[in-house]
Amino acid sequence: MCSTCGCGGEDGSTRVTLVDGHTHDHTHDHDHAHDHPHDHGTRTVLLEQDILAKNDLLAAATRHRLTEHAITAINLMSSPGSGKTTLLERTITDLDGRRETLVIEGDQETWLDAQRIRSTGSKVVQINTGAGCHLDAQMLDRGLAELAPPDGSLVFVENVGNLVCPALFDLGEAARVVIISVTEGADKPAKYPYMFRTADLVLLNKIDLLPYVDFDVDLCLELIHRVKPDVELLPVSATRGDGLDAWHDWLANRSSAAAPRSEYPRRG
Amino acid sequence: MPGGPPSVGKVHELAITESIVDAIVEKIGDGPVAAVRLEIGRLSGVVTDSIRFCFEIVAGGTGLEGARLDIDEPSGRAYCRNCRLEFTLDDPIMLCDCGSADLDVLAGRELRIISVEVR
Repeated sequence: MCSTCGCGGEDGSTRVTLVDGHTHDHTHDHDHAHDHPHDHGTRTVLLEQDILAKNDLLAAATRHRLTEHAITAINLMSSPGSGKTTLLERTITDLDGRRETLVIEGDQETWLDAQRIRSTGSKVVQINTGAGCHLDAQMLDRGLAELAPPDGSLVFVENVGNLVCPALFDLGEAARVVIISVTEGADKPAKYPYMFRTADLVLLNKIDLLPYVDFDVDLCLELIHRVKPDVELLPVSATRGDGLDAWHDWLANRSSAAAPRSEYPRRG
Repeated sequence: MPGGPPSVGKVHELAITESIVDAIVEKIGDGPVAAVRLEIGRLSGVVTDSIRFCFEIVAGGTGLEGARLDIDEPSGRAYCRNCRLEFTLDDPIMLCDCGSADLDVLAGRELRIISVEVR
């Protein structure tokens, strides 16, 4: 191992394997000595690491652990007010205990959403990010340790309402669902392409309101497909129930097939 | 940033900058750093001006305080599965001239710490 920058594979803390598939086409050899002083009295230390390496490694560990325990974690992301919490209340009520469903709520402040979920009878952990605008892998790790979901359960992670920042952070979830509602602008997929590009499924919510709002469904769908051609799309109304059978089918298909092995490790 | 101009709130660039500073301090300790070289691709979703703004704040009190920030911003490059051409693009709405959005992104999403200059 190079004694100066640690490259060469022995130092596991920061020499990491990329998880985003990015390959660098430049060479990474170290035939030159690292300790030679430059004219300006500095020496260059090569790091060559992903900025989000720590987050992505933790997310990968979470994903592996969840899969081992056949727990399906779904990351729900949207603008504030798209109906995430209402969709969750309705989904938990519809499941009616057929599959244990737990929730991790991410909000900057308050326990209001967690209290709404709690009233459905579902176990819920609230994460308040304070000034933070998104959940990251460490927050989910702490949330899961507190939640202690049983094997085979379904865990919804309601991210902070924000179509920008959560896009960059892998949490270790099984799937990412982006929700857009017809009371928003139909051009949102074009305005927030990074978010929509990370989606495994897009839910178009509040379709019961279509007769009353000026929302171009075709334009919205076209823009979503431009950003991510192969993404699945489901129009739903969380209040009236339209499209929710398809949503439940999608959730069932996303469930992990791995056999449960032991209790989810609970911290402290 | 698709969401508007950089703000002074805790945008994701602040979290990104904290990750940069933490990773460097973890690797090289508290010694003084003269410069940091980053690679932030034009399709990464990260605004370099925000990184510079946050860096001054986050680096304060660490060995990175006052360090020069050199940021390489590689252009986006994609392969169109429809017309089988490779082309450059910097627009987050990725479309080939042929109209297809069915692309493999080959470059432009980098978010990497390349090196640091240690005093």
